Amino acid sequence: MSLDKDYLHYPQRHYGMDHELYKWSMLSERAPVQWPNDGKLALWVNVNIDFFPLSQRQNPVAVPGGMKMPYPDLRHFSLRDYGNRVGVYRIFQALDKFSVKPTVAINGAMVDRAPYLMKFIAERQDEVLGHGWQMDHLHHGEVDPADEAQWLDASLRKLRGYFKQPVNGWLSPGRMQSAATARLLVEHDIAYMCDWINDEMPYDFRSEAGVLTAMPLSNELDDFFIMGNNLHSEESYAEQLQDACDLLLAEAQSQGGRMLALNIHPWMSGQPHRIGYLEQALAYITAQPGVWSATASEIHQVWQAQQKR
Amino acid sequence: MKVDPQYYDYWPYHDRPKITWPNGAKIAFWVAPNIEFYELDPPSNPHRKAWPQPYPAIAGYGIRDYGNRVGHMRQMALLDKYNIRGSISLSTALCDHHPEIIELCQARDWEFFSHGIYNTRYTYGMSSEQEREMIHDAMVSIHKHTGQKCAGYLAPALSHSDETIDLFAEVGTELFGDEGGFYTCDLFHDDQPTPIHTRSGKRFVSIPYSLEMNDTIAYVSNKVTPRQYGRMLKANFDRLYQEGEQSGTIMCIPTHNYQVSCPHRLKAYEEALEYITGHSDVWVTTGREIASYYKAHYYDDAVADIANKNKGAV
Repeated sequence: MSLDKDYLHYPQRHYGMDHELYKWSMLSERAPVQWPNDGKLALWVNVNIDFFPLSQRQNPVAVPGGMKMPYPDLRHFSLRDYGNRVGVYRIFQALDKFSVKPTVAINGAMVDRAPYLMKFIAERQDEVLGHGWQMDHLHHGEVDPADEAQWLDASLRKLRGYFKQPVNGWLSPGRMQSAATARLLVEHDIAYMCDWINDEMPYDFRSEAGVLTAMPLSNELDDFFIMGNNLHSEESYAEQLQDACDLLLAEAQSQGGRMLALNIHPWMSGQPHRIGYLEQALAYITAQPGVWSATASEIHQVWQAQQKR
Repeated sequence: MKVDPQYYDYWPYHDRPKITWPNGAKIAFWVAPNIEFYELDPPSNPHRKAWPQPYPAIAGYGIRDYGNRVGHMRQMALLDKYNIRGSISLSTALCDHHPEIIELCQARDWEFFSHGIYNTRYTYGMSSEQEREMIHDAMVSIHKHTGQKCAGYLAPALSHSDETIDLFAEVGTELFGDEGGFYTCDLFHDDQPTPIHTRSGKRFVSIPYSLEMNDTIAYVSNKVTPRQYGRMLKANFDRLYQEGEQSGTIMCIPTHNYQVSCPHRLKAYEEALEYITGHSDVWVTTGREIASYYKAHYYDDAVADIANKNKGAV
């Protein structure tokens, strides 16, 4: 018994990455980035407007946050729907209280499902991100290429048809990508995507259709990851956000601008027993000198303008 | 399959020959940063999947890459601050991919030990010849890039065969004589070193590399909070330090730059390092130095004591 001889061959064992998607680069070695008004830490709060269908399809991997029980899983369906009816308004109120400008990632299917909420977001003029068609339309590696292209196209068409503000960014449902996702995004004039979490600052990402920016949206600080996956308390969630803020601010003093990317789900943080802890963390973060609250596009543009090509 | 791996005999944590570490230290403290390379598209192994999602599994791959791009410098600065030399559990292909990291560690006189070639190439299913080739390749890589004669092994992704430890000891001897391949981090049965049976009869030891204190086990498997991890590290130290009065103990913190170095976690780790290194009679050292010191001073007494304690055993 032995493994195929290829198992001891290492064709990618050379300098840099084991793929051509982006260049190897250590954060500490890059030219410092300067945020506006001598800001040290860009705060990007990303709010997810998700539709989890009751009729969840069979996927090769679990839908993060999706249905778990036999059909009809009213429990998870309605608990997720709670976010779009109740939680999201609490979240917006909390963000406004601390003058935090959110970026809102919206599943295309939500445009017709919640017109009141869409109008509300349009009038607030928040930045809108493409977020796929719905949460069980995962852009995973084995997705039918025609399906992926159609979902991506339909979701961006829907958002761009509804919102006056430009839709330049993308967050895939469940942060999954196929090998074709980046190319499709460039072909649809998307300037940046938020799925890759291998960095804490933006960086150039190559696709077959050209370069776009990867804007890492931390998963480790995601509310669902901390409280839903890790089952940490609300107190610990707030503490972790505050500790992250402290460390990144301190690092920015000597190394140039840093980015604190907080991904928020109204169905998680919008619960009455949790919202207070989000408010506590936001109160702390926004009180620190040098914190610049910005949308993902604003951060992207400032970063982009400082890159030497 | 064996009922028992038979690397070591039963040896009660009671009335063992006393260990005293250099300068009268009660506890040997070492930090083992795992500096790993996971492949985005590794060849498949029929016994274990590398990634839970179909290619490209960007979440798992991405966070490991984060460790090298972002996390490494943070943990290294912290170890510098507390005068700790890391003992690196190294995916040796990283010498080719990211030589900058190797140079930074080398400049600090850190130890490099083998953690295989990639953490996405498992031992499972390898023939004896294949495993020997993989172990050899990794030890040669460390020597070529750092000049170090690799002393320790933590099998890649903790994937083993029945021969792993024997092969490692033999390849170490073949390459470096008694200066290479003499300790393992793969066994979690004790808080002190243990002489290990190998088929070559080499003086070979197991050095405690605590899985319980391992940040990935704590954060990912056990899902502890950062503050709780900090408390666990201090409690682990407190008890081992106290028991070290009787006979020297070992505390190891195995880390990963994609876990401890995350911005919400570094503070808890820093507080623990400050606490531990703030005590007197702590030997802050490396895996290799512990194994060498133990072999030179306590190995023979241990072998005799183990034989004595097992008299009458079946």
